[in-house]
Amino acid sequence: MLLIPCPFCAMDRPEAEFRHAGEAHLTRPPDPAAADDAAWADFLYHRANPRGVIAERWRHVHGCGRFINVLRDTVSDRILASYRPGEKRP
Amino acid sequence: MRFSLLSLLRESLRGHRGWPAQWRDASPKPAYDVVIVGAGGHGLATAYYLAAECGLRNIAVVEKGWLGGGNTARNTTVIRSNYLWEESEAIYEHSMKLWQDLSHALNYNVMYSPRGVMMLAHTVHDMQVIRRHVHANRLAGIDNELLSPREAQAFCPILNIGRDIRYPVLGAALQRRGGTARHDAVAWGYARAASALGVDIIQNCPVTGLRRQQDGAIAGVETARGFIAAPKIGVVAAGHSSVLMAMAGVRMPLESFPLQALVSEPVKSVMPCVVMSNTIHAYMSQSDKGELVIGAGTDAYPSYSQAGGLHIASDTLEAVCELFPTLRRLRMMRSWGGIVDVTPDRSPIIGRTPVPGLFVNCGWGTGGFKATPGSGHVFAHTIAKGEPHPIAAPFTLDRFRTGRLIDEAAAAAVAH
Repeated sequence: MLLIPCPFCAMDRPEAEFRHAGEAHLTRPPDPAAADDAAWADFLYHRANPRGVIAERWRHVHGCGRFINVLRDTVSDRILASYRPGEKRP
Repeated sequence: MRFSLLSLLRESLRGHRGWPAQWRDASPKPAYDVVIVGAGGHGLATAYYLAAECGLRNIAVVEKGWLGGGNTARNTTVIRSNYLWEESEAIYEHSMKLWQDLSHALNYNVMYSPRGVMMLAHTVHDMQVIRRHVHANRLAGIDNELLSPREAQAFCPILNIGRDIRYPVLGAALQRRGGTARHDAVAWGYARAASALGVDIIQNCPVTGLRRQQDGAIAGVETARGFIAAPKIGVVAAGHSSVLMAMAGVRMPLESFPLQALVSEPVKSVMPCVVMSNTIHAYMSQSDKGELVIGAGTDAYPSYSQAGGLHIASDTLEAVCELFPTLRRLRMMRSWGGIVDVTPDRSPIIGRTPVPGLFVNCGWGTGGFKATPGSGHVFAHTIAKGEPHPIAAPFTLDRFRTGRLIDEAAAAAVAH
């Protein structure tokens, strides 16, 4: 079980308090009507799925209830950083 | 050497010292007609059917580790074909038909055992889902029947159908032709048969890059043992498909998760069938050695760690203890994790890619073992002809752009 540092609660909390919410920093096509099928497929389905460092969202459902961003190494599962949504990826 | 009664008798008299190696451990040649990346069940089956049915002989299978050492060796060996949609029913049933004659076709005992696969329902919603599946399957000519809790217990006597547990059994769906096979034997059987037809199986040969020609078509694979040229490449790399396809600049609709399984100490025969429960996440069968083989769920987050959280396995064991109270004192011997590549619609991707000459067979998620023969068969035909086999045609990579998804979220036995 991961120990996830919540930047809002400023505490390391167990993974069971969180819900995983997928890859971070995906942007919805800014002009939906103008986006073609390939752009929608990219936003909805295509994922980086890296073997290495991933930026991902978690929601602290059994804590502050807020979405956070986390950098994690997908090989060692070690968490490198966590930061608030809207902040730049460290 | 073919296995026959005569060869078995001769070898038993000679103390079994005359058996030769079952396949050649080849070194890479500079060029092949087809290179398959990944010597798991699906990759070896693809190579075998390319050689046996498509008239190709100059084929290599490259593997970063050892043959059948990835998910082929890490799954719970369940075989069934009771999926919901026609496209899935077609491919899993195609596979089921091949399983029935596989030992004979490969001259290798894959220990296919159609002992019945029973899926439990614990809620009103579960009952609606399995009823829908049973009706859909029967319309497609695939056996699947609805059982009452009493009938379910008659089929698997150690099942607890008491009303006083957290998720009582309300009913079950049973596919009698479903069952298990020996996972290692499947890899070895395909490797042996393919090797006998001239396929080079190259182990300890990780792929480090996919080289493309100036016009964009595939040129070959860069490996730790040098460049291998090939006009056609089939990527069958399960959990690492995203990593390999990224080498050719193709983004995939995949996320890789650790999926765990565990085995108990061996006991006498108590479990005559496979039992699966999606809702409380437990599925179990008994191996011929007597170990109970238990499948747990995936972790909540993508990872390549081949481990998985302890809380995932303990959730499953709690469910097993409630469904099969007689097993409560049993000790677990081993647990392990495999990396499974999951698609958004829980259906596989088989076919061409935007790169000419590059083919991919991936996205089998948590349930690829059952499809091994069918997947290899249709993928071999797809590679040989350069266009999708009719059964593989709906499972294109392009469906995520066109929107023709094949949603099997309910039929995949592992909840995601």
